[in-house]
Amino acid sequence: MPRDPKQLSPPTMATLKEGVWKENPVFIMLLGLCPALAVSNTALNALAMGLASTFVLLGSTTLISLLRHLIPKQVRIASYIIIIATFVTIVDYTIHALSLELYNALGAFIQLIVVNCMILGRAEAYASKNRILTTFVNSIGMGAGFTLALFSIGAVREILGFGTFFGIPLFGSNFQAWAVFILPPGGFFVLSLWLVLFAALRRRADQRKEVGHAS
Amino acid sequence: MNTESTTVMPDMPSSGRLIATLAVIAMLSGFFVVLVYQATLERIALNHREYLERAVFTVLPGATVRVNFSLSEAGLQRLPDDAVGDANVFAGYNDDGTLVGVALQASARGYADVIRILYGYAPDREAIVGFTVLQSSETPGLGDKIETDPAFLRNFENLQARLNEEGTALENDIVTVKQSTKTEDWQIDGITGATVSAVAVGRALRESANEMLPLLAAHRSSLTTPPPASRTPPKEGCPKDGVGDDETDTDGINHGSENP
Amino acid sequence: MHPDSAAFLFLHAFLINNFVLALFLGLCPFLGVSAKLKTAWPMGLAVIFVMLVASLCAYGINILLVRFEIEYLRLICYIAVIASAVQLVEMTIKKLSPTLFRMLGIFLPLITTNCAILGMALFQTFNEYNFVQSLAYSLGAGAGFMLALVLMAGLREKLELADVPDPCTSAAISLMLAGLLSLAFMGFAGLGG
Repeated sequence: MPRDPKQLSPPTMATLKEGVWKENPVFIMLLGLCPALAVSNTALNALAMGLASTFVLLGSTTLISLLRHLIPKQVRIASYIIIIATFVTIVDYTIHALSLELYNALGAFIQLIVVNCMILGRAEAYASKNRILTTFVNSIGMGAGFTLALFSIGAVREILGFGTFFGIPLFGSNFQAWAVFILPPGGFFVLSLWLVLFAALRRRADQRKEVGHAS
Repeated sequence: MNTESTTVMPDMPSSGRLIATLAVIAMLSGFFVVLVYQATLERIALNHREYLERAVFTVLPGATVRVNFSLSEAGLQRLPDDAVGDANVFAGYNDDGTLVGVALQASARGYADVIRILYGYAPDREAIVGFTVLQSSETPGLGDKIETDPAFLRNFENLQARLNEEGTALENDIVTVKQSTKTEDWQIDGITGATVSAVAVGRALRESANEMLPLLAAHRSSLTTPPPASRTPPKEGCPKDGVGDDETDTDGINHGSENP
Repeated sequence: MHPDSAAFLFLHAFLINNFVLALFLGLCPFLGVSAKLKTAWPMGLAVIFVMLVASLCAYGINILLVRFEIEYLRLICYIAVIASAVQLVEMTIKKLSPTLFRMLGIFLPLITTNCAILGMALFQTFNEYNFVQSLAYSLGAGAGFMLALVLMAGLREKLELADVPDPCTSAAISLMLAGLLSLAFMGFAGLGG
């Protein structure tokens, strides 16, 4: 068992913020793209998907962190998958009971949270090596980052594709909806544009840093 | 994936321990899943019932009570109120207990995927009186006009579905025609830009009506005579077996197929 | 073509509702392995193979689940059985045909947690396909994945020679290309009617 003192240190603000910005699962790490594109045609669907994934992430990583000394290394992946699948099933039935409309809109993608690479990735790379509190805080950050990313994709697609935001019409009646944005290609385009935006912002920040060093 | 364990293997646990770990985790997971399943079961069934009820009352204007039936070549059988999944005919009654019409499901392949619809048929008027889309993934902005276009939906306020004299099929097949070329009562005025979807709706109605309406006509008396059940029927201990026998007898419905 | 026929279901999964470009399933390996045509082909073959295996497994398990009325354990059983089946296949190939293993081997573990596989198994169950339909559907899904992967790899190889603006490199431009491919695939809607 690796006992890196740095990794066992108590959580800090950086642990939380890591997932939101520096290691954002969708925009930076490109993980969990399938749900990020498939159910982000409206802001509400995107938000629901983000929250559902966050719940699964939070529950499973916390549990895995708690059990990390009990699970033998050889069967850890199998154990993680079972734990994640359990949480996903719970979320699936809960959403089904809460709102049939939301359940129909998200479709099979609730069950497909189980193969979201972000969750297994966090379980393997973080939860299995860190203390429970640190893992919990980090997972909140990651979940928030994921939800935020989905929401920003969903909001753009809904505003352009339906002319609404959370179902509230934004434009006059002569607004011609840009239907391609709620169709599959629109998902690819919007994510691509967000990535370009972030890359440009990062480059600018780097350049500014260089200028600062030079002076 | 598993690079660490191949290089560093301090103490290899026995396979007994590995299996035990997996078994314990699997058992715990099964326990929680069953718990959640039991907790949400009723609510989910209720959601489905409410959803269907809304749809049935949409396609049967004026109906306030719904009764499930299962109709096939073998006969008409009344089903308990919560057996939504097995039913294919939903009869709607108004407050006085008279039959408003029956809601039937139909489906046909549209542009992107299968379109599933529910339509209301009024036996006394021999016409389709309501229509709603249950499931479709037609192109937004084009094909999905079958759900929203008011001119198209007006087709289904009174669409003729009269049977021929032998009662074996429709007298005039329901068919979708080009936009604003509707001349007969049994034609559906199509939508320009959503041709495939509108034609699919016509096909779904035609196929379903030709199959179901003759059967329905044969059992029409058993639909109109029974007094509609109260909105919340008494809870039965074992609805699958009990209700079928008792209620079909008292209602005087031909019960050809008793096997669930 | 009849909408329930095996041929139509193949076409449906292959082109009309392409798993990658219309349903967004399996995007991680799609972006990860599509840089070179040389790796895209074997990856595509491996996915077709695993799809077939997973489809068979899911079909068998579902019969058992329905028989014992424990459908609520479906997700857990599917993922566990598909993962173990892939591992078994991997070991068998390694033993029987080292050449084939060298070609496909490294991709097999990657595929296990590919959402296209589980997605196919779930759709096949939701739509209540029979045995032949399931096989046709899974074959179409796998072939569709391979088609998207190979098309994408061809485009990306050309892209290496192109002058792409700096912030758009790698992922962003790949997604843009995927969007254009997806737009082109929308033209297949209504096919086979």
